[in-house]
Amino acid sequence: MPVNFQELSAARNQEWRNEMRNRLSAKERSNLPRVKMPEMEPRDRILGFKEVNVGLNEDAAVLESQRCLDCSTPSCISGCPVNIDIPGFIKLIEKKDFLAAARKLKETNALPAVCGRVCPQEIQCEAQCIYHKMKKAPVAIGYLERFASDCERLAGNISIPPIQTGKQIKVAAIGSGPASLTFAGEMAKSGYRVTVFEALHELAGVLSYGIPEFRLPKTIVRSEIAYLEKLGVVFEKNVIVGKTLTIEDMKKQGFQGFFIGSGAGLPKFMHIPGENAIGVYSSNEYLTRVNLMKAYQFPHYDTPIMLGKRVAVIGGGNTAMDSVRVAVRLGAEKAMIVYRRSEQEMPARIEEIHHAKEEGVEFLNLTNPVEYITDTAGRVKQMKVQKMGLGAADDSGRKRPVVIPGSEYTIDVDTVVVGVGTDPNPLIPRTIQGLEVTKWGTIVVNEETMQTALPEIFAGGDIVRGGATVILAMGDGKKAAESLHDYLQQKK
Amino acid sequence: MNKIVAKEMLSENVVKLVVEAPQISQKQNPGQFVIIRTDDRGERIPLTIADADKEKMTITLIIQIVGTSSHKIANLNPGDSLLDISGPLGKPTHIEKVGTVIACGGGVGIAPLYPIARAFKEIGNKLITVLGARNRELLILEKEMAVFADEMIVMTDDGSYGEKGLITAGIEKVLLREPVHLAVAIGPAVMMKFVALLTKKYDVATIASLNTIMVDGTGMCGACRVTVGGKTKFVCVDGPEFDAHEIDYDEMLKRLNTYKKEEQVSYDGYLKSLT
Repeated sequence: MPVNFQELSAARNQEWRNEMRNRLSAKERSNLPRVKMPEMEPRDRILGFKEVNVGLNEDAAVLESQRCLDCSTPSCISGCPVNIDIPGFIKLIEKKDFLAAARKLKETNALPAVCGRVCPQEIQCEAQCIYHKMKKAPVAIGYLERFASDCERLAGNISIPPIQTGKQIKVAAIGSGPASLTFAGEMAKSGYRVTVFEALHELAGVLSYGIPEFRLPKTIVRSEIAYLEKLGVVFEKNVIVGKTLTIEDMKKQGFQGFFIGSGAGLPKFMHIPGENAIGVYSSNEYLTRVNLMKAYQFPHYDTPIMLGKRVAVIGGGNTAMDSVRVAVRLGAEKAMIVYRRSEQEMPARIEEIHHAKEEGVEFLNLTNPVEYITDTAGRVKQMKVQKMGLGAADDSGRKRPVVIPGSEYTIDVDTVVVGVGTDPNPLIPRTIQGLEVTKWGTIVVNEETMQTALPEIFAGGDIVRGGATVILAMGDGKKAAESLHDYLQQKK
Repeated sequence: MNKIVAKEMLSENVVKLVVEAPQISQKQNPGQFVIIRTDDRGERIPLTIADADKEKMTITLIIQIVGTSSHKIANLNPGDSLLDISGPLGKPTHIEKVGTVIACGGGVGIAPLYPIARAFKEIGNKLITVLGARNRELLILEKEMAVFADEMIVMTDDGSYGEKGLITAGIEKVLLREPVHLAVAIGPAVMMKFVALLTKKYDVATIASLNTIMVDGTGMCGACRVTVGGKTKFVCVDGPEFDAHEIDYDEMLKRLNTYKKEEQVSYDGYLKSLT
C-alpha cells in the first residue's frame, strides 16, 4: 500500500514532536543499546503454557522509544503491510502517553496486541529501520507495539475510533482469522454493518486453534474481538458458509459485499508409508487439540492427546516450532525437529528457533522421513529417515535438498507431527459458482484490490496466498475493505 | 439456540434427541452429519443426522452411550440446550433409482441408515432392509423402517428376536435369492468390513458410511483419515460415504482405538463425578 508521507510529515511537525526530537541528539539516541525482551526461564516455562515473552516494563519501553530517530522519511512504515505510523506511536510512548500510542496503532491496525507478538518484525518494519545502515540493531518496534496495546488493555480503557454512521449496508466476512478481523474492523469504522461468520465454535481462526498460549495468550485474542464487537461487528459462530448458509442465502438476507478469509486449513501430508499410523498427527490436529480443545488439561477437558515421550516434528516453519514446543510442554523427553534443509533455510522466525533450542529441542536438519514403522497395534514406534544434502537454488530461492543415497537410518519415536504446510480449504471455493481458483486451490484476485472474479466478492489471507503470515493476511483484509468500500460507493 | 425439544430412550443405552436447528434442518440431506459440543470443556463429536423436520426446524440425533461425551449428551433433557451444533457436514448420499437396494444397518448404525433408506425408497427403488443387533432390546428404529421398507429382515446375535445369526447371514439370503443393484452398509467397522466382503463376492456395488474420530469436521485436522483404494481420504470432507470394497477397514479399526486408554480414564472420572 502506498504510504501517505504528506500526512505523516504534518503529524511529525506538530510542536510536541519537534520538542521531543530535540530532547536528545541523534547520537545520544543511537548510542542507546536495543532493549532485550524479558523472558521466562526455559526450565520454568516448559512446565506450562504461560507466555514466554514477559513484555517490557514502562522504563524499558520509554528508553527503547528514545532510540527511534523519528526520521523525516521513515522507511519502517513501508515495511509494514498495514502501514502503521510507526514513529508516530513510538514518540507517544516517549511522551509517556501510552494510551494515545495505543490509539495511534488502532488507527491502522485492528489487532496490535496480536501483531506485537506474532509478526516477523525482523523481516518487515524492523528490517527497514535506518539503524541497519548505521550497523546498529533496529528499534524494537514489535516490543513497543505490544507494550502500548498491552497498556491499553491492562488499563481497561479500550478506545473506540470514530465510526462513520448512516450507511446501513450489510457486508459479510467469511472466516474469523486475522484477514477477516481486519476487514471487519475497517468496514465497521467506515460505517458498514458487518457480520463475521466462523465455522468453529471459537473465533479468530489460526489465532485460536493454531498459535499456542505461550506465544499468544487467548485472553489477548478475546480482548481484540471484544474491541471489534464494540465497533459494532457481529460474530456468528458454528456457521459453515457453503453448508449452513450459502452466499445466495446471505444475499437474500441483504448482504451486498463479501470477504472470504477462510484460510489455508487443509493439512499437507507427505504420502509416505505408515503415515496413517496411530501417533502420526498433522500439526493442525496436534495444535487444534491443544489450543482450541485444551487437551493439555485432559481429563479436566474431555479432548485427549497422546503425551509422547519421543516426539518428532517434521518441518521448519513456525507451525513446526509451535508443535515441537507444545510437545516439550506435554512432557516429551526427546523433542525433535526433522527438517530436510538446513537451519539457514528455515522459514520459522529466528526467535522461535532460539526459544525451541533453549527448551531443549533437538534439531535434525538435512534429514527427511521416508517411512513410519508401527507395532502390532498400529502405533508408530520408529521412523526411517534419510540424510539430505543441499544442491542448487530452487524456485523459492533456497537451496534444493537432495537425497544422499544409502544414508537411511531409523529413529525411535512414539509421536510424529507432520508440519510441512497446509493447502487452502476447498470448502468455500467449491460452493461458490463462478469463483476463479488456481490449480493449488487458492482464489484468484486482482492483487491491487483483492477483488475476485465475482465483483461483490473479495478475498485475502491464506485462501489467496496459500500460506503466509498473520500480518500479510491483515494487509489483505485492509486492502479488501478499501476496495469493497469503493465498489459499493460506485454501485450506488 | 440448539434446544432439545424431545428425548426418548430407544434402548438401555441408546437415546434419541430432537434438537432445534433452524438452519441445519433446512440444508441437511441424507448421509450428512453435524458436530456438537455439550459444554465448554466438551469434545467436538460428529453425529449423523437421523432425521429432520423442515417445518419444525429440528433435527434428530441418535446416540449410543459409550463414554464421557455420549453420556453427557444422554443426560440432557428437553429444555436443555447443546452448546454448539455445526453442519450439515460431509457429502450427502448420492440417491438414484437403481432397481433393488439392500440397506444393512448394525446396532446404532441403523440411525444414520434410516434417512438414506427412506430416500432410496422414495425415489422409486425396491428397498430391502436388513437390521442387525446383539439382542431384541438393542434393536432400534424397526417400526419406523417397516413403514417404507418393501421387506425387512431382522437378525439378532442371540436369537431373541427375528432370526439368530449375524447380519451377513440375512444379507446373503437375499443376494442368493434375487438380483440386488446396490447395498448400503452402516454399522460397526467390523460389520461393514464383513458386509463388504460378502457383497464383493456377489459383485454388488456397496457404499459404507464411516464414523471415525474427528475434531473440526471441516477438513482442517485430518484425524479422520482413512485409506480408500490405496489413497488417503478425509471422512469429514471426502466422505462420510465411500466405496465399501475399497476401504482399509483394518487401518480404520486401529485408528478408532487411538485413545482407548484416555477414553476410559475420562469416562471413569466422569462416572465418579456423577455419584
